[in-house]
Amino acid sequence: MKTRKYLLPAAVAGVLAISLSACGGGGGGGTQTGGGDAAANLDGRGPITYVTGKDNAAVQQPTVDRWNAAHPNEKVTLKEQTDQADQQHDDLVQHFQSKDAGYDLVTVDVVWTAEFAAKGWLQPLKDKMAVDTGALLQPTVKAATYNNTLYAVPVHSDGGMLYYRKDLVPTPPKTWDEMMSMCSIAKANKIGCYAGQYQKYEGLTVNAAEAINTFGGKIVDDAGKATVNSAESKEGLGKLVAAYKDGNIPAQGITFQEEQGRQAFEDGKLLFLRNWPYVYNLAKTDGASKVKETFDVAPLPGKDGPGASSLGGHSAAVSVYSKYKATALDFAKFLLEDEQQKFFALQGSLAPVKASMYKDADIVAKAPYMPTLLTSIENAVPRPVTPFYPGVTKAVQDNAYAALKGEKSVDQALTDMQAAIDSAK
Amino acid sequence: MSTATATAARHAEAPARRRAFDWAPARTYIQAVIILIWCLAPFYWMIVTAFRDVGFTFDPTPFFTHVTFDNFITVFDESRGNHFARNLLNSLVVAGVTTIISLIVGVFAAYALARLKFSGKSLVLGFILGASMFPGVALITPLFQLFTNIGWFGSYQALIIPSISFSLPLTVYTLTSFFREMPWELEESARIDGCTQGQAFRKVILPLAAPATFTTAILTFIGAWNEFLIASQLSVDATKTVTVAIASFAGAQPHQEPYTAVMAAGTVVTIPLVILVLIFQRKIVAGLTAGAVK
Amino acid sequence: MSTEAPTPTSAKDALAGTHHMPGKESADRRQVTQGRWAYTLILPTLILLGVVIVYPIINAIIMSFQKDAGLDPATGFFAEGGFAGLDNYTHWLLQQCGSGPALGPCPPGTLGAQFWDAMGTTFFFTIVTVALETVLGFWMAVIMARAFRGRALVRASVLVPWAIPTAVTAKLFFFMFAFEGIVNKLFGTQILWTGSEWPAKWAIIISDVWKTTPFMALLILAGLQLIPDEVYEAAKVDGASAWQRFTQITLPLVKPALMVAILFRTLDVLRMYDLPAIMTGGANNTTTLSILVVEQIRQGLNSASALSTITFLVIFLVAFIFVRFLGANAVDAATTGKK
Repeated sequence: MKTRKYLLPAAVAGVLAISLSACGGGGGGGTQTGGGDAAANLDGRGPITYVTGKDNAAVQQPTVDRWNAAHPNEKVTLKEQTDQADQQHDDLVQHFQSKDAGYDLVTVDVVWTAEFAAKGWLQPLKDKMAVDTGALLQPTVKAATYNNTLYAVPVHSDGGMLYYRKDLVPTPPKTWDEMMSMCSIAKANKIGCYAGQYQKYEGLTVNAAEAINTFGGKIVDDAGKATVNSAESKEGLGKLVAAYKDGNIPAQGITFQEEQGRQAFEDGKLLFLRNWPYVYNLAKTDGASKVKETFDVAPLPGKDGPGASSLGGHSAAVSVYSKYKATALDFAKFLLEDEQQKFFALQGSLAPVKASMYKDADIVAKAPYMPTLLTSIENAVPRPVTPFYPGVTKAVQDNAYAALKGEKSVDQALTDMQAAIDSAK
Repeated sequence: MSTATATAARHAEAPARRRAFDWAPARTYIQAVIILIWCLAPFYWMIVTAFRDVGFTFDPTPFFTHVTFDNFITVFDESRGNHFARNLLNSLVVAGVTTIISLIVGVFAAYALARLKFSGKSLVLGFILGASMFPGVALITPLFQLFTNIGWFGSYQALIIPSISFSLPLTVYTLTSFFREMPWELEESARIDGCTQGQAFRKVILPLAAPATFTTAILTFIGAWNEFLIASQLSVDATKTVTVAIASFAGAQPHQEPYTAVMAAGTVVTIPLVILVLIFQRKIVAGLTAGAVK
Repeated sequence: MSTEAPTPTSAKDALAGTHHMPGKESADRRQVTQGRWAYTLILPTLILLGVVIVYPIINAIIMSFQKDAGLDPATGFFAEGGFAGLDNYTHWLLQQCGSGPALGPCPPGTLGAQFWDAMGTTFFFTIVTVALETVLGFWMAVIMARAFRGRALVRASVLVPWAIPTAVTAKLFFFMFAFEGIVNKLFGTQILWTGSEWPAKWAIIISDVWKTTPFMALLILAGLQLIPDEVYEAAKVDGASAWQRFTQITLPLVKPALMVAILFRTLDVLRMYDLPAIMTGGANNTTTLSILVVEQIRQGLNSASALSTITFLVIFLVAFIFVRFLGANAVDAATTGKK
């Protein structure tokens, strides 16, 4: 009795209070078209803040220092976010929503560009703000382009590669089917054959998209409409599902993120591994690595040539709320210069966005996988460029995961994926 | 006064006496060991990992191998952008201030709720409880905008005030329930023995309330120390707390999970709390005895 | 207590009651005076909660009646969605996606399709973890209340799991429950802990129970400390067995503290996020309501506000039932006297 007496009035009080604070409501609700003024401050020059994810290899501060030495009136301050992509995303969203002029130049993951652009938070890089992208790898430019307008400057790229055991497989497979036929070698050696990243997280989207794109499927078309339910997608996803079903991808693959796959490969328990370039140096140097001298890299196997890697990497985007857009853009262009790109590659193992850099003797000496990575990135397909990316990636992950686990057929998975992508809008 | 003291003293000895007719000491020890293993095994694994060479991160050997201090050095390495000492200080400030204010404010409220008669008490209790029913993640955006608007973004109070609000419902409820159970008639007896009400409160009630208050303090402090959501969005470099700093640790390469460094940081963060608890836990019992003997 | 004193000017006076003077006054007057003090004492709490919790909640309720911004196909930019009525609520509760003629059940792979599953999962986690934590916590508290050499060590150790930041705990357990992790290694098993439904659920439950049992144990321990020893002595004289003493003395007397502990743990588990998010990403039917909220915030804040509000109401209902039917009246001290 007593309880009802106090719980219900509390609810009533809450509801009544709504009317009192209606003036404060709605903050951070919808987004206004073109939130800031995309025509203002284009010539603004002054001190800016460069917001970036955690500086893994201490490359950002030295770069900023170099710039500051040459531009005493346009000093750049580095603001590091956490190392978690989701938190970086949310942090940017909070600051954009409050129209923060203090976030002048921000680092965006390739998959966020469209969302931020469509919300009107990013300065379109055209006319006065145009950037020459001629020397850049085209997939990286495509990933930074929304509605035929460039919204961010690609800074570094990333692509998947096939790690293989050269002691067991002298010539790496060029096609997916060839790779599957080599799985008998793995069986003979009592190790797993192939693995990528199949836990339900962003990595699964990357891997499922690679399977689909490699066989000619497309997750969304240029207008953002779902086109994933096609014969090509069915072939691609079907091959991945079949490989898991018949054990060519070991059962534990369903629990793999990047690191678990690397662990298995370094431990000599996998013949082939799809992973990012970072594995290369670690597998060569890790104390626990048993494959230091016995592995090499190749482009991802495809239908009849190199496979279509999903594209990773980051771009730098000018905030529409910045007061000093000219400085911000100049600094973004500065990051593109050969000197900086080379420093990123040598010091931070960050893949350059210019094809020419992949032939640089110093870089290749430090990172022998660079020519392979270039093939990967040249053939890469960006993950869907859509403002509804969070919904799209969920649609892909959930249904690909169910298909891999045999909970639904590939047909059903693609039908559901298509419907889910369309309802994500 | 003497009556009160004697009763309080008997309270203090309660655990000791109970043992006499309860279980055999051997069974107590066996159970204590089981509890220790359950609570400490994952912590032990955390420490093993913290001391392990990063090149052997995934080595599942269950004892110390490839021992190195590198991970701890990484944690405090300013050249890698880690300012962990500063972060520890920030956490101490935020959690410390939160605990003190929560306790003071909470003791007032709990005292009123437990001891005073007033109308609308049910409403107040429901309101306080209602505050811990909303998904925490959904509070961030409005708070971010509120604090940005009033210029608090990046300040300590932007971290402390939400932290207090998160801890207050529990603080008030636990203190209320304990205060209600306390033998307040002892206060009366003390007054009959010639104490003023103030003395009675200080010498009888406060010592009796000590276990509950210290327990609540520990829970509040740890809760505030571990707060992450708000701190991750409302702190700047100067006010960054340890939980946010740990989330910021990065592997030397993109995609590389810095497990060993995270475990080292986790160890660094946990040890002071364990020491704190070792000190405080004595108060849980000793506070009672000491107060009564005075 | 000091009810007859002149109205104190500060909370400190009220607490210390230094103005106390015996005397007789009407019950009415007493009531009014106490009320004024009481609200003075409670006001700081109400203000703090009001600013930080109530403002966002009201904000969320208002937003939940707005449509999420939609893409204007002409410009490619988002535009305000306008008034939504109850659409955001029916979206979740009826699991309907789309609008107008396209309105239909949410397809698998959308957040909407997961609402009731998430609700079930959340309740499953709540019931199992709270039950386990209560039993384990009680056991630990009873042991810790005994006097034995090394008790300080046990008390400090029990708090270790609670002291480790949740994000670190989640990473630690993710790492331990990996296929090649320490758990499979130690027990010689080949379980895909995070790769199938029941192992994933148990991995999360074990992690959560490990982490939060100390909270229970400590609160129950503090409750145990308040039980007068004479009660046990008297019972012993009466010939009560250990079990009878436990069920008829310990349990009823520790009930207020226990109920507060259970109530707050229940409210917490109902909002569980970190452990499943980090360990499984919500796969294999381990998506909780809070995971849905977080994912929805990234897709649309207004719809997320509706989901938060629904979660709030569900938890409110649970708390209501809990207090009303399970007698968690530890807090409702309005009319009851001491014990």
